[in-house]
Amino acid sequence: MAPVADPADRIDPQFRALPLAALADAALGRARELGASHADLRVERIVNQSIDLRDGRVTGIGDSTTVGLAVRVVVDGVWGFASHVELTPRRAAATAARAVEVARTLAPVAVERVERADEPVHVDAVWVSDYDVDPLLVPTREKVELLVERSQRLLASDGVDHVHAGVAQVRECKFYADMAGTSTVQQRVRVAPAITATAVDRAAGGFESMASLAPPVGRGWEYLTGEGWDWDAELREIPELLAEKAKAPSVAAGPYDLVIDPTNLWLTIHESIGHATEYDRAIGYEAAYAGTSFATPDQLGTLRYGSEHMHVTGDRTVPHGLSTIGYDDDGVATTEWDLVRDGVLVGYQLDRTFAPRLGLERSNGCAFADSPHHVPLQRMANVSLRPDPARDTGTDELIAGVERGIYVVGDKSWSIDMQRYNFQFTGQRFFRIEGGRLAGQLRDVAYQATTTDFWGAMDAVGGPSTWRLGGAMNCGKAQPGQEAPVSHGCPAARFRGISVLNTQEEGQ
Amino acid sequence: MTEAAIAASSGAAQRWRAQDVVERALAAGTRLHGCAVLVRETSEAVLRWANSTMTTNGHTTSGRVTVIAFVAVDGGVAAGVASSSAAVTAVAQLEELVAAAEATARDAGPAEDALPLPEPTGDDPGWAEAGAETSIGVFGPLAAGLAEVLAGPQRQYGFASHELTTTWLGTSTGLRRRWVQPTGSIELNAKTPDLSGSAWTGASTADFTDVDVIGLAAEAARRLEWGRRKLTLAPGRYETVLPPSAVADLMIYLAWSMDGRPAHEGRSALAGPDGPRTGERLTDLPLTMACDPAAPGLEYEPFLTASRSGEGISVFDNGAPTRRVEWVKDGVIGELAYSRAEAAEFGTAFTPAGDNLLLTGGSTASTAEMVAGTGRGLLLTCLWYIRAVDPATLLLTGLTRDGVYLVEGGEVVGEVDHNFRFNHSPLDVLRRAPEVGATERTLPREWKDWFTRTAMPPIRVPDLNMSSVSLGR
Repeated sequence: MAPVADPADRIDPQFRALPLAALADAALGRARELGASHADLRVERIVNQSIDLRDGRVTGIGDSTTVGLAVRVVVDGVWGFASHVELTPRRAAATAARAVEVARTLAPVAVERVERADEPVHVDAVWVSDYDVDPLLVPTREKVELLVERSQRLLASDGVDHVHAGVAQVRECKFYADMAGTSTVQQRVRVAPAITATAVDRAAGGFESMASLAPPVGRGWEYLTGEGWDWDAELREIPELLAEKAKAPSVAAGPYDLVIDPTNLWLTIHESIGHATEYDRAIGYEAAYAGTSFATPDQLGTLRYGSEHMHVTGDRTVPHGLSTIGYDDDGVATTEWDLVRDGVLVGYQLDRTFAPRLGLERSNGCAFADSPHHVPLQRMANVSLRPDPARDTGTDELIAGVERGIYVVGDKSWSIDMQRYNFQFTGQRFFRIEGGRLAGQLRDVAYQATTTDFWGAMDAVGGPSTWRLGGAMNCGKAQPGQEAPVSHGCPAARFRGISVLNTQEEGQ
Repeated sequence: MTEAAIAASSGAAQRWRAQDVVERALAAGTRLHGCAVLVRETSEAVLRWANSTMTTNGHTTSGRVTVIAFVAVDGGVAAGVASSSAAVTAVAQLEELVAAAEATARDAGPAEDALPLPEPTGDDPGWAEAGAETSIGVFGPLAAGLAEVLAGPQRQYGFASHELTTTWLGTSTGLRRRWVQPTGSIELNAKTPDLSGSAWTGASTADFTDVDVIGLAAEAARRLEWGRRKLTLAPGRYETVLPPSAVADLMIYLAWSMDGRPAHEGRSALAGPDGPRTGERLTDLPLTMACDPAAPGLEYEPFLTASRSGEGISVFDNGAPTRRVEWVKDGVIGELAYSRAEAAEFGTAFTPAGDNLLLTGGSTASTAEMVAGTGRGLLLTCLWYIRAVDPATLLLTGLTRDGVYLVEGGEVVGEVDHNFRFNHSPLDVLRRAPEVGATERTLPREWKDWFTRTAMPPIRVPDLNMSSVSLGR
């Protein structure tokens, strides 16, 4: 990537040209006049494009732009929030007044009073994510041609009956200003490619599919053309793997040792650690919807989450992470911190409202709203499992340590309870391990466990060379519902004696 | 014109009426083969509470203009879609949108689902009206009751939402339609002070005038009372009474799986060896699962709007009338979803999926009466985190939530002190149900953000597969 002298030069010119300072002056000034003790303004411009193909033909291309401004206030210790689509100072001031009205209306039924952690003032800060080619600037025809060619490559293979391909691309520009004097302008880019091959067995009345393992990432279009993912190699192997999977024997249910690839383990981390260490969940703020957490604050420093090999961090700083950003939606400079150390719960994900409740002076920067029309919440950082720091153990070595087990690759279906205790996952590819070696694929596999049992059964983690970043564009939380992009890094890891189900038998 | 230029010209610039946006965008697209313009304005007010205090509340106003350009290209007609949430104050914004949609169409190439746009069938008397707006005041009838509930002995968590979305659709065939969709719901999650017990109730509503928050809280309190006696049960197959909310969440997943194309192509649970399994009997009970835009109190758009094409839906169908569709009729698999183009391809009728779901044909028995008729079994409250495990059989997994109660001799005798993970197909729920009760309006706990309008009966499942115990509550 060519060095960039000034990150501000990469910011979407249409966003940069907005009268951001005037909007801030109008909104924050009006909120102050009306008695707000805190007010912040966000202005956002989010540009999306999604392209979808079925069997090598475009089924839909959609371009959308979301713009708007949001004002959040604290009045007499009560939150108020309002948003609007008009980016004018007059409307910004009126929206601030509406947010104050909401706070005053709700004051009689608000028992708790809002207190927020301090944060240094960040004046005129600019941050841009790490990417080479803005995907929204690549000609659409070029993108379509690439997806058509890849679809046709798969369709030309024996045993592939259908191919679905697509890519979602996002450019998110965000301006934040608050009454304390912080103002930030940020831009980040992300892409989510997908391609799935399906084989239909009419005679047997069934079908089987196999999807690419490429995760969504905080990269530009270069990700689709080979930077960070070897597409040619994967497209070569998918038809053969699909054919093998379609004919694979059905798994015998029972306990197995599992070696789990990062392409599957990221999702288990997301569900069983990422959500469980969200402080707002842990104290009940999501109790009626997303749920709570078994990892309650009274167990901080004592809860045995997993084995001694388990070291989990939260961060919003890892390169190409989907949650990575310079400053959060509270105006907090982002960072990295420990959530689980040596298998023990030691931290939570926080925003400025929740940090003081945990006795911390500063937030770790997890406030995020997915649109200008939604209120910021504590949302997930990149929650990641560290590789073995002492030895670069390879996946083959982890497999070699298993007498009878399954090597799990790629994510597919997931489900976990509202306290993040009981989960069940499937995957894309399951390879039988016999005597420390891979021995062909299995089908109809799901693994099921309780969070602390599962992580307690982790007897080895792979080294840095096995570490990969996985992730999702659409982590859901809150009411009204919000979606957040988030990544999870992890090495391959080995788990002893995990319950494996046969999904065919489960359905009988 | 950029948003910056719009902002710079503010003061004088006024946001355009939706009808003007439609007409000016269509005028900007007269060079095209065809054009559809969709304007949506949403006004939403929300209340949220946790630990018996208000948390995040607000009132938002948002909108979106979507232009769908149909362009003649080599080999046929292409479609492109461009949309923006920016307030429209200048024709240049619309010209940009039309140009963007046109460019996308040319890049997409000829569309498989290309057909002439639907013709108008008459004037829409509401076309000229303004968008509907709600406010935080819509919760006024709720305020006193909610304050009383929050001041009560239990810890209260919950959410109330009211949304009015006004849609204007105009197409180059002269079609003009407007629709106001009200969507409202309230959920109460009551917990005992020590958090050892949890119960949930909820309701969907159009305007909150029919919500009895005190009654909902009393029902939750009754369930917490059942929890005074706790029991532990092993995983296994249990006779289970699914209340309407749980049935709704399972049937919604089934409805989402009713696309016709995958069934023809062999990649669906509705695919048989010789094609779709329409006509296959699921149950001898006279059950009918349908969507119906005219269902009283649960109405949805009488005309189709689509901002993208996919299986069962097409942007070329914008403005086509929606209709009652019977996915299951008298116990037999009925219709599958087809766009007009797919209907022509597969030799069947245009079948648009709808925004409500009704399951009827059961008895007059209420959930309480079905509990009274249970020798030994479980009564659930609702289901959670439902995901497909095996798309070939529509095997779903998920969890029970906020109350599993043991029934013996027709009475609830205690609460199971844990939840269960189930693995079960909604097709098998219908196939094996020995008893289905009376249909009532209900709120699906899991899918309500996407699908709020349902009327469902309680269903007795003889052997719900509770695959494992979940310690979470």
